[in-house]
Amino acid sequence: MPTRKVDVQAYLYILPALAFYAVFILWPILQTFWYSFHDWDGITLPTFTGLSNYLELAGDETFLAAIRNNLFFILFYTVLPIAFALLLTTLLTRRKIRGLTFFRAGLFLPQVMAMVVVGVAWRWIYHPLSGPLNQLLRAVGLEAWARPWLGDFDLALPAVGLIATWVQYGFCMVLFIAGVQHIEEGLYYAARIDGAGELQQFRHVTLPGQTGQIGVALVTTLIAALRIFDLVYVTTRGGPGTQTLVSALYLYRNAFGINRVGYGAAIAVVLTILILLISYAVLRFQSRQERMVQ
Amino acid sequence: MPPLLRRRTLANIPVYVLLILFLVLAVIPFVLIFLAAFKDGTEIAHNTFGLPQTWNWFNFVEAWNQAHFNAYFRSSLIVVVPVVVVSTLLSVMTGYAFGRMRFPLSSLIFYIFLLGFMVPQEAYIIPLYYNMRKLGLLDSYWALILPQIGMSVCFGTFWMRGFFANIPRDLVDAARVDGASNWNALWRVMFPLVRPAILTLVVLVFIWTWNDFLLALVLITKDTLRTLPLGLAFFQGRYTTDIPLTSAGATIVALPTILIYILFQRQFIRGMTSGAVHG
Repeated sequence: MPTRKVDVQAYLYILPALAFYAVFILWPILQTFWYSFHDWDGITLPTFTGLSNYLELAGDETFLAAIRNNLFFILFYTVLPIAFALLLTTLLTRRKIRGLTFFRAGLFLPQVMAMVVVGVAWRWIYHPLSGPLNQLLRAVGLEAWARPWLGDFDLALPAVGLIATWVQYGFCMVLFIAGVQHIEEGLYYAARIDGAGELQQFRHVTLPGQTGQIGVALVTTLIAALRIFDLVYVTTRGGPGTQTLVSALYLYRNAFGINRVGYGAAIAVVLTILILLISYAVLRFQSRQERMVQ
Repeated sequence: MPPLLRRRTLANIPVYVLLILFLVLAVIPFVLIFLAAFKDGTEIAHNTFGLPQTWNWFNFVEAWNQAHFNAYFRSSLIVVVPVVVVSTLLSVMTGYAFGRMRFPLSSLIFYIFLLGFMVPQEAYIIPLYYNMRKLGLLDSYWALILPQIGMSVCFGTFWMRGFFANIPRDLVDAARVDGASNWNALWRVMFPLVRPAILTLVVLVFIWTWNDFLLALVLITKDTLRTLPLGLAFFQGRYTTDIPLTSAGATIVALPTILIYILFQRQFIRGMTSGAVHG
């Protein structure tokens, strides 16, 4: 193969995009790090304070509560949707489903909708008086269960979490259905010859064949759980108390509500590093799994 | 019908029941909101689930005129169109460069682009606000358009590179033999080949820009400059009890999405399940 010669023109092709990215995204990312070592109210001169913002974060009960809520959301964003979707996918495995495109389109719909629309819809569904959920409970004689879901101290967090599960399960299903269709029928046949039951076929054929899809589902939903903002902003604003407060909202309040700019930047740095680490870990795990399968 | 086939059809019934159940669950909140938009305050209380008694458009008219959804819609369009056009064009160029050209530092620069779509918006929103303030661009469409392009080209570069890299060599060589320049090879020979990928990119950039919340929340404070999601969020905050009117607003925000989704469903699903995580 002849080696292509170096093409200096390439830089001209990259330059315009790089300029937009460097000025409006990359440079501010670096500034965030710089801000996080300062105490700044956004108006007067910033003072350099070293790591003190980070030290304060480590002992900030509100921040720790927000992080705990983020971790709790992983249950609703990641664990439940993936579990649901895997279960359903096994049912769909190796069956000819009529109208699959139609089902796929419907299941995927919550994923493309603006979170604000989702939040507005669910806020009404959870509404104490006129909300469809409480009306339904009253209609079937369970009025004792009816409550102001999003205002309930213990139930607000799972109530918001279930919205997230609702957004994500269709996405995971569509992902896994596509994955199953790529698994060779011969593998199932061979497993059956070896005497594998339904469960073993799932464990030894379906699951390994889905490593790529599970990796994508993990990265996408874990990141969504960590950076959740719009949904909480629209449904509960972090309340009642700090019951549904999440780190992105706490960042927003510090930086733009009470003008603790440096402190907000420190939260941003922690959040960003956490997200990059998780993406990296999942991708590493995934490529190792794929190598093992091959 | 042969017995075996009939048995197989019967065995599929529980699967369809489950599928339909989950499908209904996925769309019912949107259906309820859509129906609520045609009711009034009294009807919604006793007729929550049924069809509206009359298909009244007054909530839409009021949301559009009194509640400023006409202005929000205009803002969203003014932001979305240049973002989609410019970032698609620039991404095709970078994708071509990274996918087909050899130059020093290419993989380093590529990883720097990659970083841009892995980090969350929270990673740059705070300094972005102060930079925009310094530039005097707060409360202008530029404050949304420019960073949106910066974000979208990161994903676009990653997305397009793969497709350019997979174009068979002989096609490219044929263009070279014909003496085509890089520019002509890109637009005459390769552009038609990567058109499906470009369509997916357009659709994804559209939806991410249309739905964006944080940038507009931080960088825009003037009500008439707000985009649709922001307008809806603030409207809901002010009129929590007017459910029909809020529902009409939510429907106005959702309709363009649903329309484009129906048209380009395959592109959406292919793009969003490709593992391309949007920060």
